[in-house]
Amino acid sequence: MQEHSMSFVRTEMTPATAAPRSQAGIGAWLRKNLFSTPLNSALTLVALLILAWAVPRMLNWLFFDAIWVGADRTACLTTEQGGELPAGWSGACWPFVTSRFGQFMFGRYPLDERWRVMLTGAIFVALLVPLMIPRIPWKRLNAALFFGAFPFIAYFLLVGGVFGLRYVETSLWGGLLVTLVISYVGIVVSLPLGILLALGRRSHMPIVKLLSVVFIETVRGVPLVTVLFMASFMLPLFVPPGMTFDKLLRALIGVALFASAYMAEVVRGGLQAIPRGQYEGADSLGLGYWQKMGLIIMPQALKLVIPGIVNTFIGMFKDTTLVLIISMFDLLGVVKQNISGDPTWATPQTAKTGYIFAAAIFWIFCFGMSRYSIWMERRLDTGHRR
Amino acid sequence: MSQHVIRDEPARVPLIYNPRVRGIVFQVLLVALLALGVWWIVDNTVENLRRSNISTGFAFLRGRAGFDISDRLIEYTSDSSFGRALLVGIANTLVVAAAGIVTATILGFLIGVGRLSNNWLIRKLATVYVEVFRNIPPLLVILFWYQGVLAVLPSVRDSLSLPFGSYLNNRGFYFPRFVWGEGTGLILAGFLAGVALSWYVARRARARQMATGERFPVLWTSVALIVGLPLLAFFVSGMPVSVDYPQKGTFNLTGGTNIKPEFLSLYLALSFYTASFIAEIVRAGIMGVPRGQTEAFSALGIRSRDGMRLVVIPQALRIIIPPLTSQYLNLTKNSSLAVAIGYPDLYAIGGTILNQTGQAIEVVVIFMVVYLSISILTSLFMNWFNAKMALKER
Amino acid sequence: MKKFVTGILGSAALALSASAASAATLDDVKAKGFLQCGVNTSLAGFSAPNDKGEWTGLDVDFCRAVAAAIFGDGEKVKFTALSAKDRFTALQSGEIDILSRNTTWTINRDTALGLNFAGVTYYDGQGFMINAKKLPGVNSALQLSGASVCVQAGTTTELNLADYFSANNMEYNPVVFEKFEETNAAYDAGRCDAYTTDQSGLYAVRLQMSSPDDHVVLPEIISKEPLGPSVRQGDDQWFDIVKWTYFALLNAEEAGITQANVDEMKNSTSPDIRRLLGSESETKIGTDLGLSNDWVVNIIKATGNYGEIFERNVGTGSPLKIARGVNALWTKGGLQYGMPIR
Repeated sequence: MQEHSMSFVRTEMTPATAAPRSQAGIGAWLRKNLFSTPLNSALTLVALLILAWAVPRMLNWLFFDAIWVGADRTACLTTEQGGELPAGWSGACWPFVTSRFGQFMFGRYPLDERWRVMLTGAIFVALLVPLMIPRIPWKRLNAALFFGAFPFIAYFLLVGGVFGLRYVETSLWGGLLVTLVISYVGIVVSLPLGILLALGRRSHMPIVKLLSVVFIETVRGVPLVTVLFMASFMLPLFVPPGMTFDKLLRALIGVALFASAYMAEVVRGGLQAIPRGQYEGADSLGLGYWQKMGLIIMPQALKLVIPGIVNTFIGMFKDTTLVLIISMFDLLGVVKQNISGDPTWATPQTAKTGYIFAAAIFWIFCFGMSRYSIWMERRLDTGHRR
Repeated sequence: MSQHVIRDEPARVPLIYNPRVRGIVFQVLLVALLALGVWWIVDNTVENLRRSNISTGFAFLRGRAGFDISDRLIEYTSDSSFGRALLVGIANTLVVAAAGIVTATILGFLIGVGRLSNNWLIRKLATVYVEVFRNIPPLLVILFWYQGVLAVLPSVRDSLSLPFGSYLNNRGFYFPRFVWGEGTGLILAGFLAGVALSWYVARRARARQMATGERFPVLWTSVALIVGLPLLAFFVSGMPVSVDYPQKGTFNLTGGTNIKPEFLSLYLALSFYTASFIAEIVRAGIMGVPRGQTEAFSALGIRSRDGMRLVVIPQALRIIIPPLTSQYLNLTKNSSLAVAIGYPDLYAIGGTILNQTGQAIEVVVIFMVVYLSISILTSLFMNWFNAKMALKER
Repeated sequence: MKKFVTGILGSAALALSASAASAATLDDVKAKGFLQCGVNTSLAGFSAPNDKGEWTGLDVDFCRAVAAAIFGDGEKVKFTALSAKDRFTALQSGEIDILSRNTTWTINRDTALGLNFAGVTYYDGQGFMINAKKLPGVNSALQLSGASVCVQAGTTTELNLADYFSANNMEYNPVVFEKFEETNAAYDAGRCDAYTTDQSGLYAVRLQMSSPDDHVVLPEIISKEPLGPSVRQGDDQWFDIVKWTYFALLNAEEAGITQANVDEMKNSTSPDIRRLLGSESETKIGTDLGLSNDWVVNIIKATGNYGEIFERNVGTGSPLKIARGVNALWTKGGLQYGMPIR
């Protein structure tokens, strides 16, 4: 073997050179993402101007200029309003939130019984968290506890009247407690009810179909406040005199029925997306209607519409605020009541502070739910869809 | 499917297992149960109403209302009837819903496109907007706008002066109103003529482009026609329009047009809230158009802007319209939250009437009928629009 | 799935407290074990929860008096806070047994709304309040032409307001809210120039403003507002109980029976007082009403007489400091006149 030197073929690697200056580094990133065209540059500049104007103001108002401690409204008033702060001051009045925090969470739930609410909350979290993490086993047991046993535990703990627990009437409940109770019950009731309604709407039985359609479309066509109004003030007109329902229960029924109509439409979307072959396959296996639905169709259909279901949950969670219109006090209701019904903290900043606090809590819950659904959707995507 | 099998071999299946028989039995039971329930409710209601001596029927609508309504689009005084008060409420609901829908759509489209922008900053800002607004209850947004922002606005005495003689204070937004004098018909005629001519020009231009491939600047011609003709009429008829500027009175600004803070808060809150949902729908719609479509029109040498308008948007609209309809319906229904801030919409006025007359059932029936009609009409319109936009397959 | 459906149904059934249907409100109330009373959401002096969350006020005490007459215990009463708009529906539908929510007695409410007013616990009249600091020089309601006026929806106030301004050929902008607190907050925020409601209410509202001293109540009284408790039509016995509880409170004040001396007074020699307090032998006054014979004793022990209730809640013993005026007993030149209990 003779070695030829083939000078035109390199045998050693050239050292890697840096990317051209125009394609790398911060400059390139800026050019590509912020200043690619004149229009984009203009937009960027406008956006930057807006940010430079708004962000410092927001931060100042929320944190740097905000008042953090105080006993009553004088802490958050300027000299011309009768307080001590310099004229022209504007900032959040956080002591309003801290001093009313208990009310925002529990409403007028008796002070020395609040451990019951917290215990319920702790059980709720202890059951929910393992249910949400796929890696943890015993899902079936966990779900049974969460949906089957928890309502009873929560009911006895919160309402009381048994096992030596003091009876706490629901008119004393309020704040985040009511928000969460309505949402939990709404979610737990509306899903099965919505599935039944969706099946009813796709049923071959004309009367069942008609009734489902009428129910779904009527409920979807009217605002929730009218449904709540009917549930809270007109229900007694429809039942024999002397028969009464708890006010919270009525709101629960109203919200759950309302949400189930929306849920039905979401589930129907999933049912429609299941190929006909699946139904035929189930039939040919000799499965009955409920077996077919429960074992073949629903698992596939529900998986398809998880985002829609979670969106309905989020919508319902937000809609719980409407109970304030029928004089019940959910989180927003309590905040609002403390803003407008109580002179202790009446300052020009109170309303904004209170609403921003409420908004932050609602936002955390809703955003958390939507992120979880996105994550779940990715996980469950078993590749049937292209 | 299973019914075929059964029809072939009826003898084998006992009656109780026959799905058709079971279906009929089930439905008969359901109807019976439902009829029983309805009868029970009606019976109870009639009995309850009789016991408390409440009359029924819609005759109360003719009674004198006796209360005043500040936001009204149609003639109304406290001497008008309850029926008319309801009409005022319906009109107010429709106005805030229509205004909200228009603004929310524009804002939603802008933000939806912004989320797909190749500008990083715009993209992030749009995302923040969407994530903030769609995760907060609309009622909270309304209350925030009303109580949070109202507290910041100055009183009438220290109104903020804005350009064109308009003012902003805690009584709302005041701006000059045009008072149409003699000869305004001509201006209107000019405007109508402008619209008609533009439509004709657009038709001709399209026909010409189809035939010859030559293009005609339709947009600018139309603008010139629609703005120019009324303007011409305005000068020809001797400038009959005078302006009524808002002026400071004893208590409030008088004259001009006043948009009240209740309307403003409700309208802004509904628009901002709904826009976040519309933005997501728009984004999904545009992303739903396959990339190949963009590549194809580029390959055909169509400019990017024309390609968007002629290829991408029409296809995206098909995905966008159905969910957009339900957002419009939601916005309309959410307008009933007006009651929390005292804007006299249908729900608020209905509630007052209910209080004066005690006709709870009748008023709730009116609520249901009106809201359902609005929903059905909106759905019908959007279905028609959807059908117009749908893929025309041969 | 079935499991949690049953779970929910189960808890729903537990929460549902259904009692035997009956036409007699008294029997229903006795079976329930408490009186359900509709009150204002928060009107200082009439019905408002205090710091501890207990309801206080003149309207609230009247309900306590009725509860005491029935059960002998003024605490066997539950309160439903109602907006002006919801109150009649709540009473008609049986949601509450008695409506004691500063409600004006009018013929329309007595007839078309199916209510029965048991009496007038507070004679009032509608007035206006303005912020004198922002509107110096305004000292009469007749100067309010062009003003924005805050008013609560569905009240007689709203109607009187319309009548007053149109009778005097004045313009105004009504700013109408559903809830009392919303109206207050909007007025306090400067959304309106004037606030209108019953005069007693104006004094209460003034206390809740961020700077109470800036606000003045204008002298004009533009309407008659007799406020009183009401019940549903069609149950005369119940109507009688509420009506005579009211008269008992007045008669007790007239006879000088107070919370402090009621036990001594039982042994009084005056036949009037003995009859009122049921210490006459063979008396049937209480049982004829469907109550026990010591019903008046129970009422006075629970709440005191009318004068005590008044002074404690709205009079000199309260922040409102409203003078008795027309609400004094007829013997002192007022309008409160208790029908004889005999």
